[in-house]
Amino acid sequence: MTDASTRAREIVESTYRSDSRRVLATLVRLLGDFDVAEEALHDAFAAALERWPVDGVPANPRAWLVSAGRFRAIDHIRRRARFDARHAEIAAELESHVPISVHGGDDDEIPDDRLRLIFACCHPALAIEAQVALTLRTVGGLTTEEIARAFLVPAPTLAQRIVRAKNKIRDARIPYEIPGQAELPERIDAVLAVIYLIFNEGYSATFGDELTRADMCAESIRLARMLAELHEDSEVDGLLALMLLHDSRRAARIAGDGEPILLDDQDRTLWDQAKIREGITLTTRALASGRVGPYALQAAIAAVHAEARTAAETDWGEIVGL
Amino acid sequence: MKYLCLIYDEESLWQKMSPDEMGKVMGEYNAFGEDIKASGHFIGGNALQPTSSATTIRVRNGKTITSDGPFAETKEQLGGYYLIEAKDLNDALQVAGRIPGAKLGSVEVRPIMVFNS
Repeated sequence: MTDASTRAREIVESTYRSDSRRVLATLVRLLGDFDVAEEALHDAFAAALERWPVDGVPANPRAWLVSAGRFRAIDHIRRRARFDARHAEIAAELESHVPISVHGGDDDEIPDDRLRLIFACCHPALAIEAQVALTLRTVGGLTTEEIARAFLVPAPTLAQRIVRAKNKIRDARIPYEIPGQAELPERIDAVLAVIYLIFNEGYSATFGDELTRADMCAESIRLARMLAELHEDSEVDGLLALMLLHDSRRAARIAGDGEPILLDDQDRTLWDQAKIREGITLTTRALASGRVGPYALQAAIAAVHAEARTAAETDWGEIVGL
Repeated sequence: MKYLCLIYDEESLWQKMSPDEMGKVMGEYNAFGEDIKASGHFIGGNALQPTSSATTIRVRNGKTITSDGPFAETKEQLGGYYLIEAKDLNDALQVAGRIPGAKLGSVEVRPIMVFNS
């Protein structure tokens, strides 16, 4: 194998890690079905493994993958049309709907797709457990087994939850769209609640697999970061800050024997200063926005604690002032 | 896509209403009806007479059993419905949320099953 083709393979792998969720989000919108989109995603990466080492890496790998996935999905549906005439109509319908991003490589549309997907996964018409499972699976890209382990439910139960949620999205036609201004605050709150639930599952549970639990905290922070990047909102900043500030104390929270250590007794030199700095910056921004919600307020309280080098130095006056 | 909006509320609320209050709610319903006709959502809808007028029928082993009242005793009863045409669930929920009954009781939104013949 030549160096160039080895490098192309490495690029396929790193693109999978960095971009597979974005490609999936766009495919879900274009194809209108989770399962068809997931199949198309895998077909697209299989095609990339085949073509990129030969043809070279395309200028816009993400647009290439979306395009390859979409064509293969339409091809599958058309082949099924030989047995069922309805599929011919579906294929024609999908083909007529050509997105600009596929041809023009316009990346602006892609972040919006992930946001659309988050809003569909966190739709209040789904049970909260289903929202959590579906968000982690589809937006976060975690496996069913990983999610099941973190939430201490059997994998088949979790798989069933995800299947039911996907069916409801399809049957009741829950749209992949960013809610209008009137519904937006309420819907953002629902998304934040799901993210915070994932964080708390990782943070406060005292049993279960340690590593998986830390992963849940990292995953919820990653989701909130993505949300903050896609949608400017003081409560999104507030939640991200709150989670960073809590998570900064991770190393100091648990004694060698697994017993939790209270805030007053923690070794504060173990606190993660980078997370604290980022948390404080975000909190300051959220407080300055003039629209201070419960997450920003909790983050502000956590920030005051994080700024104190000892428990005795905690500025209780400032906390009361909040 | 079609959705059925089922309106559940406490029948006793209606029985306790003064004529003025009743008139106000009816006015809201009329305005809502005009509104969704204008927006193209409306397909059909009706208010139902109270459950005291209902009869339930079951056929078991070829034998017909007729009884009075609704199937189960619940706090809220089905009092009416709208059949609407909506783009998707969000559009349907936006319509259902404006049904005056949503403030008094609750509205269940169910997509209509489509059978392929």
